[in-house]
Amino acid sequence: MARITLDNLAHSYLPNPKSEDDFALKELNHDWEDGAAYALLGSSGCGKSTLLNIISGLLNPSQGRILFDGQDMTQATTAERNIAQVFQFPVVYDTMTVRDNLAFPLRNRGEDPAYVAARVQEIAAMIGMEATLDHKARGLTADAKQKISLGRGMVRKDVNALLFDEPLTVIDPHMKWELRTQLKKLHHEFGHTMIYVTHDQTEALTFADKVVVMYDGRVVQIGTPEELFERPAHTFVGYFIGSPGMNVIPAQIEGRRAIVHGTEMDLADGYGPVNGKTAIGIRPEFARLSSDTGLPVKVRRVEDVGRHKLVRAELFGQEINIVAGEDDRIGPDMTRVWFDPAHVNVYADDWRVAPQGRAA
Amino acid sequence: MNKTVNQKAWFLVLPVLILVAFSAVIPLMTVVNYSVQDSFGNNQFFWAGLEWFEQMLHDDRMWNALQRQLMFSGIILAIEVPLGVYVALNMPKSGFWASFCLVVMSLPLLIPWNVVGTIWQVFGRVDIGLLGYTLDKLGIDYNYTQDSFDAWVTIIAMDVWHWTSLVALLAYAGLKSIPDAYYQAAKIDQASRWAVFRYIELPKMMGVLMIAILLRFMDSFMIYTEPFVVTGGGPGNATTLLSIDLVKMALGQFDLGPAAAFSIMYFLVILAISWVFYTVMTNLDKKGG
Repeated sequence: MARITLDNLAHSYLPNPKSEDDFALKELNHDWEDGAAYALLGSSGCGKSTLLNIISGLLNPSQGRILFDGQDMTQATTAERNIAQVFQFPVVYDTMTVRDNLAFPLRNRGEDPAYVAARVQEIAAMIGMEATLDHKARGLTADAKQKISLGRGMVRKDVNALLFDEPLTVIDPHMKWELRTQLKKLHHEFGHTMIYVTHDQTEALTFADKVVVMYDGRVVQIGTPEELFERPAHTFVGYFIGSPGMNVIPAQIEGRRAIVHGTEMDLADGYGPVNGKTAIGIRPEFARLSSDTGLPVKVRRVEDVGRHKLVRAELFGQEINIVAGEDDRIGPDMTRVWFDPAHVNVYADDWRVAPQGRAA
Repeated sequence: MNKTVNQKAWFLVLPVLILVAFSAVIPLMTVVNYSVQDSFGNNQFFWAGLEWFEQMLHDDRMWNALQRQLMFSGIILAIEVPLGVYVALNMPKSGFWASFCLVVMSLPLLIPWNVVGTIWQVFGRVDIGLLGYTLDKLGIDYNYTQDSFDAWVTIIAMDVWHWTSLVALLAYAGLKSIPDAYYQAAKIDQASRWAVFRYIELPKMMGVLMIAILLRFMDSFMIYTEPFVVTGGGPGNATTLLSIDLVKMALGQFDLGPAAAFSIMYFLVILAISWVFYTVMTNLDKKGG
């Protein structure tokens, strides 16, 4: 187990990257703390898998270094790094039995047969495949195969980190939940550093202590699920996390006031001069329909999603979302929307601006 | 659901039936016809029953040819399959050199059989052939027209040269279809090169490899032109394979009855072996499914 440090790391799949756009992974400095569970969240093609493959040593970065406990491992092979990785699509050794599949990584390291047998039993119990241990791996269903892949990833106890690359994509929802619980349990028991790549926010938020959000080859925010929800550092985080995502409304910022299309509203804190493309961000959960206070809106549609109502409304020609309580009355007099100032964030060129006199 | 019964649908099968009748059934029946009759001049035929079959089965000639044939097919499979796989494993996976290798390897496959025979016939000649002359100058006693071992070496080398590419190309196609994740997972699991071959590449290649083996077996079992052009079946009968022997019997000696009986048995052997292959392959598929 080790603390993994990324130092000035960047990667391009092109041999001679010229501009920043050529980089699949833009320059990155980060410490993965020993024993923490991270989720790497982002839409497809944002560089998540690239980052994972660099950490495990399947890919050599174009620049920068990777350190394990301060020791440079940039040129080290996957074997030397001693990392386990599970891929998106199941990889099983078809001609082997389930048992041999699970034992494979241990046998390759020359472990004692008695230990291997015991460990395989343990893992089989964990993934619920004790009954099929002596079956050939070929011919199993996709989710059974993926369970084997997961099992192979977890079978080594001494790994420096466990990496998961969207491992539950092919697994049915019920099993997904169960396996995720197993992974968390495993994490609590053995305290491996885990990095879990996903594009599913629920998965990320339930699995991880810390979520790393990536966008367009860049890490835009690292934080606890709560931080990501309350103070998205980038409008992308706002959109991506939350259902529906944050409303981003163009506005001018002047001190303690935001001006939205000529209409003023108060902010909770004062801001220094903010330049660039400025906007305010407000989560639908913190917007309220009202008959007398706030900005003028037209309600377009109300969707009842069970626990609450989702209001689609138009604010100066822009569609925004508002979450209303299940019992809230939404009548024709609801022509205004009020944003809770304590939960309004200010953005300049898509990045969050910290209010004056307060740290970000 | 009600099934509509319409006997007229049989007419739809008719074209295929006619085609198969003309291309396979009628010629085969002609052979069957010859195999149970004795023919004299003037198109006189007499019923001979199974006499020819009995005679052929008691004759060493067919057995010897069959033995040579099995040896030939066995040897070329034993060389071409591992060699083809080895070549496929070492071919570049992409880029200019991958295309280059593919083109170069396809070339022998495009050359007509009798041309291949002629090439090797000349190539191996001690007086003017590059191979024969060089070996001779190196002091190696090589003469495929007089030494049966040399003749065998020559026809086997020729077949390996001509057909290894086919195995290699099929194996290469099999290898290319393996997703990268398998190799990555193997790296993570710290599998040795041998383990990667044994547990990933070989199982994934098995399907195409079975097809390659079947194709190579059938083709080599029926081979005629190439060895005929090079050695003519000689020296003596050393390289007289089944087809060569059959043609000698049917056209050289004009023994139509025995030759027809020979043909039918030859056909049955091929049918039986194909069936075995088919069974093995479908079983593999079932296990794979």
